[in-house]
Amino acid sequence: MSKSINITLKLFAQYRDDRFKVEQRVYERGTTAQDILDELGISEHRLPLGVLMVNSRHEKEEYVLQDGDIVALFPKVGGG
Amino acid sequence: MADKIYRVNMNDMSFKIEDVPADWMGLGGRGLTSTIVAAEVDPECHPLGPNNKMVFAPGLLSGTSAANSGRNSLGAKSPLTGGIKESNVGGTIAGIMAKLGVKALIIEGIPEDDSTFYHVHVSKEKVEITAVPELVGKDNYFVLDAMEEKYNKKVAVMTIGRPGEMKMLVSNISVRDPKGKLRSHGRGGLGAVMGSKKIKCITVDAENYKEVTYADSDKFKAASKVFTKALQENPISGEGLPAFGTNVLVNIINEAGGLPTRNFRTGSSENAEAICGETMAENIKERGGSTTHGCHAGCVIQCSQTYNDKEGNYLSSGFEYEMIWAFGANLGINDLDLIAEIDALMDDLGLDAIEMGVCLGLAVDAGILEYGDGKEAFRLIKDELANGTPIGRILGSGTGNLGKIYGLVRVPVVKNQAIPAYEPRAIKGQGVTYVTTPMGADHTAGYAVATNILNSGGYVDPLKKDGQVELARNLQIASAAVDSTGMCIFVAFPALDDPACLPALIDMLNARFGINLSGDDVTNLGKNILKIEHEFNLKAGLSSADDRIPEFMKYEKLPPHDVVWDFTNEEIDEFWNF
Repeated sequence: MSKSINITLKLFAQYRDDRFKVEQRVYERGTTAQDILDELGISEHRLPLGVLMVNSRHEKEEYVLQDGDIVALFPKVGGG
Repeated sequence: MADKIYRVNMNDMSFKIEDVPADWMGLGGRGLTSTIVAAEVDPECHPLGPNNKMVFAPGLLSGTSAANSGRNSLGAKSPLTGGIKESNVGGTIAGIMAKLGVKALIIEGIPEDDSTFYHVHVSKEKVEITAVPELVGKDNYFVLDAMEEKYNKKVAVMTIGRPGEMKMLVSNISVRDPKGKLRSHGRGGLGAVMGSKKIKCITVDAENYKEVTYADSDKFKAASKVFTKALQENPISGEGLPAFGTNVLVNIINEAGGLPTRNFRTGSSENAEAICGETMAENIKERGGSTTHGCHAGCVIQCSQTYNDKEGNYLSSGFEYEMIWAFGANLGINDLDLIAEIDALMDDLGLDAIEMGVCLGLAVDAGILEYGDGKEAFRLIKDELANGTPIGRILGSGTGNLGKIYGLVRVPVVKNQAIPAYEPRAIKGQGVTYVTTPMGADHTAGYAVATNILNSGGYVDPLKKDGQVELARNLQIASAAVDSTGMCIFVAFPALDDPACLPALIDMLNARFGINLSGDDVTNLGKNILKIEHEFNLKAGLSSADDRIPEFMKYEKLPPHDVVWDFTNEEIDEFWNF
């Protein structure tokens, strides 16, 4: 089994500022969602994480990424 | 002077100013409109006949210095749903009515001479009714200009365009906002009720009012400060909504697989990035315009905006998520500027953005237009609907009726009202609100999206049934109470997550009126309102068989989650067990 996994990262709202909208990145197997939040500086962002989705399902920060996952990160947003 | 009930009778063009009955004293907004409609309107009456009434009421805190308290409620029997309706709106009307001492404005009857339309002007202790043949066949901005010229720039205006005159079920009532643009009593075809009473516009005098009084103004100020702080410090009401508007939702609802696309065939749209709030905010930054605009005075959230074209010329304002979803994802138009042009056209005509957009999405199934053809959608509204041609009349009769006329099965309505921008199969708590609320499919009645998707007020898995009925019930009770205060529904975001918010709201009510409401009293108010509304609907002939999702959603799997609507009737009917 390959040691690396391919992940699609999607950022939204203020998290896009000075970052990106969508990127493909390669990580080591065993990487968690929290590791990505740390890497992107979102753990330190003035707007704390609102919603974390993996493959369109809500997940927690300790989620262990799988090859091919699509990770979407949102600050708290709302409307109606 | 104490607040009064202003009652206008269009049968004989008379008016009365009445004392407020003791039972109605503690009510405002939706609590008052639903109570009066239930007490005075025969549930079996024809909604466009002489026995329906329109009841306008500002919220309990409208007219005060409380932030975001400027919402006005309108109640009537809905010609779209056949049940009771409360539709609330921003704009300047609520504050002005409250300051004038108008607790409710009730309009009843239909003129004997129905050859023209009338203008109803409310001022201190007086109502004038005049024929306005010069406004017949005109649309909303024409009426706004005429009223500003007749009175002044501050006068409150409520008006209908040609679709309202023609009593179309997609017509709304448009209300002047602080910048002279329009907000809407959007849903339920209430423009048709105003049209049936031959009223083209209602104005309320903004020059001779008095400021509202407070039983304890120091206590009010202190509570108001806490409340405003809660709104400003909340990440949604204080950051997300001002920066991106309500349209910030496109991406998150799309990502969750709950964005109804191509007439509710899938839960995600390839157009999302083209039409999302982030793209809208970028366009506004590049082109001028403004990401912040309050729909009413005293709004500290400022979720609305001014949207310009590429040349920097004004296109639209009040350009909201529901509109952009309906035309962008559900009808497939991937051009935000074209959607803005349609939005501005619909503002001028006075059309319910949700009903119209969903109806046109269904019209693709009927073979009337193609997905993504925004130019044809614009033409159908401007040339056919607004002129009352036969196809225009059909589209103007709403989603449910279009489905019947064309023999369609996949018709996304509950109680004949089009389903808004959240897929009930993939956001099940919201689906429970759609089927149970007395209003017909209405997202604001109990916004379970907050807890299903946005992590506000906790988290309940959107794809599972567990906990959804209880969630929808609790949110509907709270919303009915909030809709009685005159508060914008977005105070729900801090209220769900900030323990200081709701007590401050209750403190303001107590300080305004010198009363001693508890949290339980407010919950009971919400429960009573729902029960009054439900009872009206039962008497009107609706039943639990109307508290149901369209059948196709029970057998047609919705991608990407491949989910169906899987509640039993017993599970849904449990909603009313409180």
